[in-house]
Amino acid sequence: MGSGAYDEIWGHGGPAAPRSEFAALSQWLEDTPGAELQRRQQAAEAAFRQLGITFAVYGDTDAAERIIPFDIVPRIFLPDEWARLSEGLIQRTQAINLFLEDIYGRRRILAEGVIPPELVMLNEQFRPEVDGIRPPHGVFAHICGIDLVRTGPDQFFVLEDNARTPSGVSYMLENREAMIRLCPELFRSFRVAPVDSYPDMLHHTMRSVAPGDTISPVCVVLTPGHFNSAYYEHSFLADSMGIELVEAADLVVDDDVVYMQTIAGRVRVDVIYRRIDDDFLDPVTFRPDSLLGVPGLIAAYRAGNVALINAPGNGIADDKAIYSYMPEIVRFYTGEDAKLPNVETFRCREPGALKYVLDHLSELVVKLVDGSGGYGMLVGPTASKRQIEEFRAALIAEPHRYIAQPTLALSTVPTLADQGLAPRHVDFRPFVLTGSDGVRVVPGGLTRVALKEGSLVVNSSQGGGTKDSFVLVETGPSQTQHQDGMAQSQGADA
Amino acid sequence: MMLSRTAAALYWLGRYVERADFIARLVEATIRLDALSARPAGEQAWQSALTVTYTEEAFAATGLDLTQDRVARFLTLDEEHPGSIIRCIDMARNNARAVRTALTREAWTAINRAWWVFHNRPTPGNATATLGLVETVKAETRGFEGSIHRMMRNEGAWLIQLGAAIERADNTSRLLDVKYHLLLPAGEQVGGVVDRDQWTTILQTVSAVNAYRWLYRDGLTPANVIDLLITRHELPRSLAACVEEVVQLLNQLAKHTGKQGEADRMARARMAAIQKTRTADVISGGLHEYLGAFIRENALLDSAIARQFRFI
Repeated sequence: MGSGAYDEIWGHGGPAAPRSEFAALSQWLEDTPGAELQRRQQAAEAAFRQLGITFAVYGDTDAAERIIPFDIVPRIFLPDEWARLSEGLIQRTQAINLFLEDIYGRRRILAEGVIPPELVMLNEQFRPEVDGIRPPHGVFAHICGIDLVRTGPDQFFVLEDNARTPSGVSYMLENREAMIRLCPELFRSFRVAPVDSYPDMLHHTMRSVAPGDTISPVCVVLTPGHFNSAYYEHSFLADSMGIELVEAADLVVDDDVVYMQTIAGRVRVDVIYRRIDDDFLDPVTFRPDSLLGVPGLIAAYRAGNVALINAPGNGIADDKAIYSYMPEIVRFYTGEDAKLPNVETFRCREPGALKYVLDHLSELVVKLVDGSGGYGMLVGPTASKRQIEEFRAALIAEPHRYIAQPTLALSTVPTLADQGLAPRHVDFRPFVLTGSDGVRVVPGGLTRVALKEGSLVVNSSQGGGTKDSFVLVETGPSQTQHQDGMAQSQGADA
Repeated sequence: MMLSRTAAALYWLGRYVERADFIARLVEATIRLDALSARPAGEQAWQSALTVTYTEEAFAATGLDLTQDRVARFLTLDEEHPGSIIRCIDMARNNARAVRTALTREAWTAINRAWWVFHNRPTPGNATATLGLVETVKAETRGFEGSIHRMMRNEGAWLIQLGAAIERADNTSRLLDVKYHLLLPAGEQVGGVVDRDQWTTILQTVSAVNAYRWLYRDGLTPANVIDLLITRHELPRSLAACVEEVVQLLNQLAKHTGKQGEADRMARARMAAIQKTRTADVISGGLHEYLGAFIRENALLDSAIARQFRFI
C-alpha cells in the first residue's frame, strides 16, 4: 500500500522530484539535519507535556496520561486546492443542517422516498426525545468535523462526517504555535493562512445562536470533568474564548431556565457548548441511571431558553449507514451535486452488497455503523485470517450493523521516522462552523498521520500522530516588512 | 462571576501548594537538626517532624523504623500517605486541572512541571539527595507563587492566596506548638546546645533565621522566637502577617462580589485580637493553650469561607 500511494509533497516522483510548488519544503527537509528535526520535534512534545495536552487511552491503565505524537513535517494545501475543498465543505455542512431540521421536523426526505424511512426511524441515533424541537435560529450542527482522505492530486473523498462533538481543534491550534516557534523559517518560505482566529469565530458562532434578544448572552463550555480524555481541549477552548468551563454540577435548571452557580449566586446561561454525549446530558430525558448531566436541561432546550451546541440528536446525520446516502442528501437539499464525493460504500443491510462484501473481505475495510475511534473495524489487507473469519461471522449475524468500503491508497506526507524521512499515510479533519449568519471554514485543520509504516489507521488511540496543516494564501507581490519606528536605530546613515 | 466549584478548587490549590512547600522546609530543617544533634536527639528530630504534620499515628501504622530515610520518604514521596509532598502536589494539580481556565498558562505549567518532576521518583535517596529534592519543591512552589502574582488581579488570584494564607497560619502555629512537645533529652539544659538547635530549626523552617538577627539584637531566646512567629507582621509566615493577609484578601473579594459575610467578620475579629496580643501574656498563659485556640479558630474560619463562597 505504501508503494504507489500519492505523496502530497513528493508527488509520484519521490524526494528527488517533489511537486514544483513544494520545492522549498523539500529543500528545507534536505538542508535541515535529521538530528535537528528530531530535536525540534522533541521540543514540541516536551512543550505539549508541560502544557498538559495529554489524553487518556481507554483500557490502558499504565499510561494514564500520554501525549499524541507530533510530527514536525507539515502537510500543505495550495490556495486553489483549499478553495475547492472549502466550497465542498460548506455545501456538505449546509446539507447536514437542513437534513437535521427536516428529520426532526416534517421529514420530507423520507416522505419522498430518498432515504428508506426505517433507516432513520429505527436508528438508535434518531432521538424521539428531541423530535419536533427546532433549536434557536434553526441551527443543529454548529461545529462539524468532516474527515477527508485523498488519493491523488484532485481526488478528495469524505470518509465520515462528525456532527456530534468533533474534537481535535486544540491540536490544530497548538501544532501551529509549536511550528511557528520551532520552524520560523518555513513561514518565511510559505505564506500560511492563520488559524488562530478559530476561538473568536467559535465565540461569534455561539453568540449568534443565543435564544431571544439578549445583548450579551452568557456562553459556557460544558465538560464531563478533568478525567475525560479530551479535557485539555475543553479547557483550552473555554480559556481562549474567555468563557466559563462548567461541569454538570455547576448548572441548575429552574422553571426551564438554565443557571450556573457562582460565588455571588445564580447567573443565567444562554448558550452551552457541551462536550458531553446526548446520553449523559439530562437524566430526566435520556438515561435515568446516569448520575451525570443536568436534570431539566432538555426541557429548557425545548422551551427555547437555551441553545445547545451541537444539538442533541445530531447522531442521525453522521451515522455511517446514513453516510452512504449523503450524495442524495446533498442533492435533495441544495439542488446541486455534491462537490466532495463519498468513498464508495457497501451497505451490508442490502443482500447484494453483503454478498459482495463477504466475497471480498480481504480487500475491504469493514466498519460498525456505530463504531468510532478505530474500534470495531476490519482492515482487510492487513488483517489476520482469524480476524477476517470473526468479521465474517459477525456480518452474517448482524449485517445491518456494518458497512464496507474499498481500501483506498491514502495519500502520504513525508514524516520523521526512526530511519529518517519516510512517507506515511494521512487523513484530514477540517472544522466547519455554522451560526445564524452563515457557514465558515477556518483555513486549516487536523492532519492525523499513521506513524507505523504502511498503516492506514490514524486514530490517536491506535498509535496515530498529528501534523500541522498549512493552507497557503495566494501569493501577491512579495511583501517586505517595514519597521518604521519599530526597530532600534542603527546610526544616522543606516 | 466565578463558579463556586472553581472558587473551591482555587482555594484548595493554594492550600496544597503551601503545604507542599512547608513540608519541604520542615524536612530540610529536620535533616539539619538530625545532623547536629547527638543520638538519640536525632531520632527525636524526626519524631517531631511527624508531630508537626499530625502524622505520628499514620507513620506508626506503616510499621517502619523511625529513621531519617524512612521518615523523609514518608513525608516526601510516599504515595500511600495523604500528607506527603507528592500527594499534596497531586491534589494541587488535580485542583488546577479542574479549573484550568481560571489559571494562566504559567501558573498551570508551574504545577504541572512539579508533578512531572516527582512522578517516577521512587526514593528521595540519602540526605544530600533529599535536600536536592527539597530544593526542587521550593523552587517549583516559588515559581508558582511568582506566576500567581502575574495573574489578573481578581477573585482567582485572591482565592489561591487566601487558601495559602490560611494554610500558612495553620503550619506556623503547629510548628511552634511542637516545641512544646519536644522534650530535651535527659541531661540537656534549657538554653543549652540542643535547645538552641531546636529553636534554630523552627526559624529555618519558616526562613526566618536572618530576619531574627535583624529584629532581635540579644541573641537567640525562646521568648523572641515566639514573639517573631506570633506578633511580628513583617515576617510573612508569622501568625499576625497571615491573619492580616486573610483580612485583606477577603476585603478585595468583598469589593469585587459586593458581598460580605461571616468569614469577613471572623477574620476581622481575629486580626483585632492578634494586634493586642503581647508575647509575655502568651507565655504566661501557656503557649500550647494559645496555639491550640488559634488552630481551632483557623479551622472555623476555613469552614466559614467554604460556606460564604458556596464551596459545596
